[in-house]
Formats: sequence, C-alpha cells, structure tokens
Amino acid sequence: MSADTSAIWLATAAMGLGTFALRASFLLLPERIRLSGTFAQALRLVPAAVLTAIWAPELLLREGVPALALDNERLLAGAAAIAVAWRFRDTLITIVAGLAALHLFDRIL
Amino acid sequence: MPVERPEFLAGLRESLALQLAIWPFGLVTGVAMAAGGIPPLEAIAISVFVFAGAAMLVAAQLLAADAPVAVVVLTTLVVNLRLVMYSASLRPYVIGLPLRWRLLISYLLVDNVYALCVARYAERPGSGGRLAYYLGVAGLVWLGWQLAVAAGTFAGARLPADWKLDFAAPLAFIALSVPLLRDRAMLAAAGCAAVTVVLARGLPLRLGLVLAAVAGIAAGLVLERRRA
Repeated sequence: MSADTSAIWLATAAMGLGTFALRASFLLLPERIRLSGTFAQALRLVPAAVLTAIWAPELLLREGVPALALDNERLLAGAAAIAVAWRFRDTLITIVAGLAALHLFDRIL
Repeated sequence: MPVERPEFLAGLRESLALQLAIWPFGLVTGVAMAAGGIPPLEAIAISVFVFAGAAMLVAAQLLAADAPVAVVVLTTLVVNLRLVMYSASLRPYVIGLPLRWRLLISYLLVDNVYALCVARYAERPGSGGRLAYYLGVAGLVWLGWQLAVAAGTFAGARLPADWKLDFAAPLAFIALSVPLLRDRAMLAAAGCAAVTVVLARGLPLRLGLVLAAVAGIAAGLVLERRRA
C-alpha cells in the first residue's frame, strides 16, 4: 500500500495553503469587519461536530457494519476513554487509558 | 517589536508541560502516515506545511485509501474549520501588530497553543508581552511536534500491530472533543454528527463526514435558537 507521490505533494500544497488561509482569516481581516451572530454560533459548534464525526465510526462500526453490542471491544474501550476525557480533560491520560482499556477488553472478551 | 524575555520564558515553561501530550500524538501521527504508505520526506513536508494533527491523521487515512486529491484536501479543510474560530477569537489581541507577526501567529495557531494563550490573555487583561508569551508557547509546541512526527515516521510500520496503536488516533479525537461538550447545543452537535456519520457510512468519498458536520452544526444551532 503506497500512495502516489505526486498526488501527495499536490495535496500537501493545497492543504497547507488552505489551512493557512483558515488560520489567518480573522487575524488578517481589516478591523472594521465584524462577525455575524449566527456565523459565530456555527463556528463554535464546528469542533464538537467534526471531531465527533471522525471518531464515532471507529467505535460504532466494525468492518463497515454497526456493532453496538457488548462484544465490540473498541466500543467499550471508547466509552471508557470518553469517561476519562470528561473527568480529566487531558489528552495523554485519555489515550493511555483508552489503549489500556482496549487491551483489557480484548483479553476478557 | 521587542519580545519580552520573561513572558517568552513563561510561554516556554507552559509548553514544556504540553510536550507530554504532543509527543505521543505526534508519534502516532507519524506512524499512521508511514502505515498509510506516505514516505518519510513527504510525511515531514505535510507536517511542516499543514501543522495540524487531526487533519494530518485524516489525510493519512484518505491518502492510504487512494482517495482523490480534491477529497483529501476538502476533508482536511473541514476538519480544520475550527481554526477559523480560534482565529476570530484571538483577533482582539493582535490588533495593531505588524503584518509579519500576524502571519507567524497564524501559521503557529493550533488547538493547544490557542487554549493556553486565550486562557492567559483572559486572566491578565491589558498586560503586555502577549506576543512573547505566544511565541514561547507556540515555538516549542512546533519543535516538539515536528520532532515527534519525524520520529514516528521513521519508526513507521516497524511497531507491532498487536500494540493496537491505530486506536490512539480516535482516542486523540475523543480527548479533543469530549471536554467541549459542556452545554446542550454542543452535545446536540456531537450526537447528531455521530448518528449521521454512521447512517451515511455508505456514501462514497467520505462525504458522510462532511454531511455529519453540517447536520451536527444545524442541530446545535436549532437548540441555541430555542433557548434564546
């Protein structure tokens, strides 16, 4: 499995420019321009929606099919990680706890 | 523009504690890119040009799956849309700074740098040394991240699969998103996004992710409206 190198460089350039534009957007905008209320509200919701949509399939699907039973060790380990993330608000503790839980459930189930 | 030394050092100190979080995430990102078939040089280039962990993990997944370049770029930009929010939030603090500093601040803007700096600025209103503090935090975050990704890239696929390190990527996203869910609108956005992405799993080109983001944001907005 090896991605095509020229495609990678093209994607890298576009992702780099696009990401920089997102970061610079309001930092470079003239001072007289103001944010509309709805736009600011929507922006506030972006991380919760996008980040959740990234991790949810890794817990809820197994080989592309919903797996909501207790024999899904990634669902159980993910639930443990969610509890730890909620309690400690710490990236490292969450990753370590989630990996430990996955190994534990893998052994039990 | 003089960069005040004590504030710069204070930023470096805070950033030192962050290294504990940056290194595992950076290593995992490097390993994921190597596992996705991205050669070390290209992986390091992505890390320097894009400098955003979540987006890099998503890009690695998509490039490994031979997704079209346009899809890779669009998806990572959706993932990075939150940076617009950070940009808007930091704006009051950069007013009056020369363009070159604002460009540098923009390039270095990532989740943990934003979180640390915004907390510090809110705590000490009107005090100077903001730029120095930012550069202290962001400089070391940048360096630690690049080194960690490079190390992960070279360690690459040599790490055994039964360590299940692939699960570290979703765990990192859980760690970034769960603490945000502090009110009903945020919870609705996350819940609706999760349900949508599962229902839309059959859609081609990972469009389910974009659809889930839109559905989640819409659900959150509806709740905010109702409360207002």
